[in-house]
Amino acid sequence: MSTASSAASRPILPARLRDAVGRNLLMVLLAVLSFGVILLLSGKDPIQSYADILRSTLGSAYGLSEVVVAMIPMLITALAVALPARIGLINVGGEGQLYIGAAFATWAALTLGYLSPWILLPLMMLLGMVGGALWAFIPGYLKAIGLVNETITTLLLNSVAPKVVGFLIFGYWHSAMDTVKTTNFVPAARLPAFFGTRIHLGMVLALVLLTAFWFVMKYTRWGLEMRAIGGNPQAARRNGIPLSRYLLSIMCIGGAIAGLAGMSQVSGFYGVLILNFSMGLGFMGFLISWLAGGDPLGIVLMSAVVAIITTGGNLLQLTRDLPYAVINILLAFTLFVVLARPRFFEGKKA
Amino acid sequence: MISLRGVTKRFPSVLANDRIDLDLRAGEIHGLLGENGAGKSTLLKVLFGFYRADAGEFLLHGQPVSIKTPRDARRAGIGMVFQDLSLIPAFTVAENIALFLPGLKAVLDPSEIERRIAETSARYGLEVEPGALVSQLSIGTQQKVEILKLLLSEARLLILDEATRVLAPHEVTALFEVLDNLRSDNYAIVLITHKLREVLECADRITVLRNGRVAGSLLRTEATDEKLVEMMFEKALPTPNLAGRRPPLRSGAPVLELCHVSTRAEGAGTSLHDIELSIHAGEIVGIAGVSGNGQKELCDAVLGMERCVEGVKLLSGRDLTNEPVHTMRSNGVAFVPENPLTMASVPFMTVLENMALTRTAHYARRAGFAVNWQAVEADMNSTAQRLGFPVMFRAISKSLSGGNLQRMVIVRELTHDPQLILASYLTRGLDVQSAIAARQALIQARDRGAGILLVSEDLEELFSLSDRLLVLYAGQVVGEFRPAETDPLTIGHLMTGSEAKHVHRQ
Repeated sequence: MSTASSAASRPILPARLRDAVGRNLLMVLLAVLSFGVILLLSGKDPIQSYADILRSTLGSAYGLSEVVVAMIPMLITALAVALPARIGLINVGGEGQLYIGAAFATWAALTLGYLSPWILLPLMMLLGMVGGALWAFIPGYLKAIGLVNETITTLLLNSVAPKVVGFLIFGYWHSAMDTVKTTNFVPAARLPAFFGTRIHLGMVLALVLLTAFWFVMKYTRWGLEMRAIGGNPQAARRNGIPLSRYLLSIMCIGGAIAGLAGMSQVSGFYGVLILNFSMGLGFMGFLISWLAGGDPLGIVLMSAVVAIITTGGNLLQLTRDLPYAVINILLAFTLFVVLARPRFFEGKKA
Repeated sequence: MISLRGVTKRFPSVLANDRIDLDLRAGEIHGLLGENGAGKSTLLKVLFGFYRADAGEFLLHGQPVSIKTPRDARRAGIGMVFQDLSLIPAFTVAENIALFLPGLKAVLDPSEIERRIAETSARYGLEVEPGALVSQLSIGTQQKVEILKLLLSEARLLILDEATRVLAPHEVTALFEVLDNLRSDNYAIVLITHKLREVLECADRITVLRNGRVAGSLLRTEATDEKLVEMMFEKALPTPNLAGRRPPLRSGAPVLELCHVSTRAEGAGTSLHDIELSIHAGEIVGIAGVSGNGQKELCDAVLGMERCVEGVKLLSGRDLTNEPVHTMRSNGVAFVPENPLTMASVPFMTVLENMALTRTAHYARRAGFAVNWQAVEADMNSTAQRLGFPVMFRAISKSLSGGNLQRMVIVRELTHDPQLILASYLTRGLDVQSAIAARQALIQARDRGAGILLVSEDLEELFSLSDRLLVLYAGQVVGEFRPAETDPLTIGHLMTGSEAKHVHRQ
């Protein structure tokens, strides 16, 4: 009986994967269609506009590389949401954690620039993670002792973190020419880029983290315990799984991942810490994680879709004379379609 | 009134209902009898539109009718009282009932609703206080509210799923009186149960399910204990041989000692006051009491779920007061909770994964990067075989019936030779055969030197298994006896608080 059922379950997996991909693409298609109506209403040709988006992103090697560049922080911040979500924690604080992580990493870049990149970069990564983790520790601790819901605290801390970064930039770190950013990082503090594009080592970090996440959840003892907490926290606790320890540590790890995204942005993408550099990357990660249902492969797919929309949208405002806000409408449509998820898209239930 | 023809329902790993025919007549109480997992609940959930049948049809007064959602079922006059009641605790009785009324007006008329409640409840002996909060009612009263709700929503067929499971003996009697009244008013009633005594007491017609099929249908007048048992199990039961097997009380070392333990309850819970309790190795200590008198809190306090605000908890002499659950677990404390669904299992995991949860560290390999599933399966299999419980390791635990889930938890908790077993309503939801096996397993564990805390409302069970018997009332121990030195009547009075505290210690 048991051997028969396990044998039967093996060929099912690829089919399920195909279903998931198809379902996500269908949802995106629905969003694209509804946005087309908005474009029509504002007197633009939707087909032309979409063709522009696609040509500018997937149509050339450069466009493609820019999409990948835009994906990097999205992948990492999405993971910072997806991991805590597995034990029922809602981390809306990716944005704040990312800022603090970036600030910690920047400190090393500015003061320890004389070190070899082999030492400096790992140190910056570590500091970025420590910063994000510390920022997430506050909500995590308050949640673990049963005082405050983490959704509220993480969200509120988002508006504090950029101010902290602003204080550091204005007060101590700003460059001689410019008050809203630091001096440019020395080359040793920059993540290496590949193939003459702006794709940097952050991409590798993101993919490694996502793979590790998938592996941990599926095969390890901790994944088992976390799935138990996510599935029924009360039963998990009665079965001897240390619930509050998990709440606190997973929240901090989530924060650390978001902090790493901040480090990767300042070190890999900008090479400098700029005031308000993120512009909602943390929230984008939240959106993507929910779009993907916390599934690693889904995160990659959804990040690609969102990256195409945002990078293509940049061009759209130039060529089609559309305000950038329109892109937010398209993103909102995507989110709406996923959250309102019609029954039709769900797999058949037994 | 309603007939089922060839109803079939298949779940991924089991065929729960196989071509079932059933006729439910007005003015008749129909007992639906069967072991755990025989397909009783599934069948009625199909009838109530909760599950969709894979094949088969329903006839309402001879006309085919389609029932795809609970709404359709309600329109056809079918009402169901679920095993775990479905009232909203924060609402009053009247609000809960109003919520369910068909054609509820936009602006509510509370006096009209209360009048209707009063009318119906007086007629059928379902006295409830319409203004009372549901969260403050006992389970028995809540069930009355559920039945009232269905009557007022004009249901003509009432399905009661394991309605007596949560009731005290006198509440069961009261329920049967209500059902009698309803029968004489031409309601059709289905009573799902696995207790022979109950169907023989109140049903007019008895249908027995076995392995998802109808094993037979009898009129009450033709039914006897033996016939029904034969239909249910297809074989004779081993006679429960528990009495007289108790060895002389061994005075092993104390496994658990609670000294002056008090807890502070949050919300609707009961606080424990000054609990003095010791369990020795090789001893079963029974806890009698009406549910809600601190049994849950007592188990939780021992397990480490609930903080002791006062007092000391010693496990084998070591002070483990307010240590977390995993410390207690790793020191050999096992726990069979009263509700396996919410308190012990993770619904979307497989049975095998659930089995590993209490001992994740034990089964971890390569420093936690892998889990040794073969070892989990081997360990659990050997316990399951000892108990004679079938275990479907690959099934998702959400798809298991209540009894199968309970068996899964019992298997898991009795593996690894625990030194202290907290068993709360051990046999709740189990069929006769499984209940005997579970009790025997408990005795085996006792004979191997485990200390056992047995919480139950079933006095017969407590008297036959316990070496010592404590009565819990309002969070306090109000009596302590050897079973041989007392009788159910005394215990019953103490349980209901009708007798002053009298403790005579050994």
